[in-house]
Amino acid sequence: MALLDVRNVTKRFGGLTAVSDVTMSVAEGSISAIIGPNGAGKTTFFNLLTGIYVPDVGSINFGGRSLIGLRPDQVNAAGMSRTFQNIRLFPGMTVVENVMVGMHSRLNVSLVRTITRLGGFNKQEKRVRERASDLLNFVGLSGQGDEICRNLPYGAQRRVEIARAMASDPKLILLDEPTAGMNPNESKDAMELFRKVRDERGVTVVLIEHDMKVVMGISEHITVLNFGQTIAEGTPKEIQSNEKVVEAYLGRHAAGSSRAEGEA
Amino acid sequence: MTTAQSTPTIKISLMGRIMAPIRAVLDNPVLAVPALIVYMIAVTLILLGLNRSDPLFPLKSSLAFPPLVLSPFIVLSAKIDWRFKGLLVLAALFIFLPLIGMYDSSYFELVIQICIFSGLALGLNIVVGFAGLLDLGYVAFFAVGAYLWAMFTSPVDTYFKVNNMLVSANYFYLFIFLGVAVAATGGILLGLPVLRLRGDYLAIVTLGFGEVIRVLAVNFNSPTNFTNGSQGLDGVLRPTVPPFIPDIIMRVDQTLGIPISNANTLAQQMLFYLVAIVIIACIIVIARRLDDSPIGRAWTAIREDEVAAIAMGVPLVRMKLMAFAMGASFAGAIGVLYAAKQSFVSPESFSLNQSIGILAMVIVGGIGGIRGALFGACVVTLLNLQVLKNLSLQINNFKNIDAVMPPWLVAVILAVVGGWILWKLLKALWSFANRWFGNAKQAEQVRVVVWGVLVAAIALLTLQGSGFRFDDWPAQLEPAKYERLVFGILLIMMMIFRPSGLLPEPRRKMEMTAAKAEAEDGAIGGGG
Repeated sequence: MALLDVRNVTKRFGGLTAVSDVTMSVAEGSISAIIGPNGAGKTTFFNLLTGIYVPDVGSINFGGRSLIGLRPDQVNAAGMSRTFQNIRLFPGMTVVENVMVGMHSRLNVSLVRTITRLGGFNKQEKRVRERASDLLNFVGLSGQGDEICRNLPYGAQRRVEIARAMASDPKLILLDEPTAGMNPNESKDAMELFRKVRDERGVTVVLIEHDMKVVMGISEHITVLNFGQTIAEGTPKEIQSNEKVVEAYLGRHAAGSSRAEGEA
Repeated sequence: MTTAQSTPTIKISLMGRIMAPIRAVLDNPVLAVPALIVYMIAVTLILLGLNRSDPLFPLKSSLAFPPLVLSPFIVLSAKIDWRFKGLLVLAALFIFLPLIGMYDSSYFELVIQICIFSGLALGLNIVVGFAGLLDLGYVAFFAVGAYLWAMFTSPVDTYFKVNNMLVSANYFYLFIFLGVAVAATGGILLGLPVLRLRGDYLAIVTLGFGEVIRVLAVNFNSPTNFTNGSQGLDGVLRPTVPPFIPDIIMRVDQTLGIPISNANTLAQQMLFYLVAIVIIACIIVIARRLDDSPIGRAWTAIREDEVAAIAMGVPLVRMKLMAFAMGASFAGAIGVLYAAKQSFVSPESFSLNQSIGILAMVIVGGIGGIRGALFGACVVTLLNLQVLKNLSLQINNFKNIDAVMPPWLVAVILAVVGGWILWKLLKALWSFANRWFGNAKQAEQVRVVVWGVLVAAIALLTLQGSGFRFDDWPAQLEPAKYERLVFGILLIMMMIFRPSGLLPEPRRKMEMTAAKAEAEDGAIGGGG
């Protein structure tokens, strides 16, 4: 049974069809990737899933429940969390506060309790803090909880974003180019982390990625988008040898010559 | 470039040199407590020793009173046990300030005004500082609270009077809570239509809302008279004074022998002061608890990145409405107090200027911080209602007694002010001149010599003169006319030299420094 089931989703911005008739399903407990050239509609697709945009056509089912019409915070509460292509942490807050904000949808947020500090308020705060520091340990940032986020190096900020996304205890996590700007060593560590997210926490992972080493290294299923349309999907092996994919990335001529080389 | 980088390490600012020993005392856990007690007693004694018939009274009073009002902040900045801090702050609030107020009720009036603006600044700080929603119509909620109490108690022939709906003064405390509820509802009503707006757009809509409430107050006198229009509502009831207050005043009078002129007014003021302190204490506790909670963190998240916040599960609508409602409710409570204190409410008191003034307090104090908002309210109110007013009074006094400023004093003032301007001017000029000399050290020496000669010349020339007659002060330059100008200049200076506020919240301070560093990096990168 697929955890996420997307059918015939289309999104137009004026005359531009950013996502066109995309169908995709993500199996529970899998790691899958969405790849495609720049402007292929990958991030728009993520924005459709998380409720930032509403699709013009199509259905999105998550864990047997439709996500169409839900606000982003409701999607988060339903168990789908995400990171952003350009890191969008709360730069002035501390690392641990960032993660604590990520837990918002799991908390009892009541004005009366906050002001009176009754009804288990302090207990909840303690639990939130503990869970946040546990998550920071998990992503390899133990002891850095009190740093202001903007002062952290780039790679660490990416990790905070993952910890923050994990804070709401999601079933599915969407990572938008999580290794962009990393050197090969950092990418390797990041791959370890994604695997850990799935293996140790049982969270299904979907990632958008340009780094083919990462994509081919960890994903079990790949969907390729170009000009908003699915042009191929399958296992990494299948994708590597898919003509359309090579064409989309390298151009028709290159695709032709690569086939010629293959035949020779 | 190298000189610019090395200067901060070599040069310690004049301000820093003066502050260093004071800081050292405040940081010393043994010395700080007695030093603070002596300080507060000394300032109080100085104030008690002032005499209104002294021609220098306005100057002396505006030099001595702010140090007493601001003493709680000095106490809080000291490195001492929190219990001592609490006791000293309580002493300042409940012994020293009331004592001065009994001696001269104009000080009491001032302190109550400061309390009112502190409450407003704290409320606005929730909306603007915590949640980052720029609200230019905040005074509307203040008006709602004030009109609520005024309409139900004013003997003017309004709808409420005609229909026998007036309430007695005993309902005052209930109406403070009602003010909270009504203003909070107003906050939600304002919040609902503007939720999608951000930044500049939100500011414009809230500005409009503020004006709408004011215009409603002006025009709601026909066909049914609710607000009595621009004439306002007078004769608003004041709460009855409980007997323990006159008792205390009598006892103080007997033991300390402070001459008390009008015991009734004094008791009334004392009551308002106590109510104001209680309201503000509640506001501070609530604001602190909100700040340190999931709600406060969600507000900060919204302020920093709205899209990320909602994607992380923060319900924007609910959280923004909560910010508007909380901020508004504080203003509502303060509004009820204000109406009772003034005993008169008119639309004029709720102009856009007021809103901007409160915003200025929050920003001057250090946006986003509770102590900053309080400090800003104290400083700005003191400036507006005491220091600037006293300055013009002082100059008039000098005119009246035909005072002459002796040449040496004129020389000193000119040398200090002119010297500072010259120093900056020469520094700017010298960046060009530097190229001719080629040698930075030599250029520096020449600059110091030129500056010295110029300042000495100014001083010598002034000493030859006969000083400055205050009667020669041009009537056009009377400070009373320029209070707003001086206030504006101070705000500008403040934003240039201390953009994060007087008492910046640590987190915000870092943001401002980082932004500044980025801007400078950008400038250097662009220049290179």
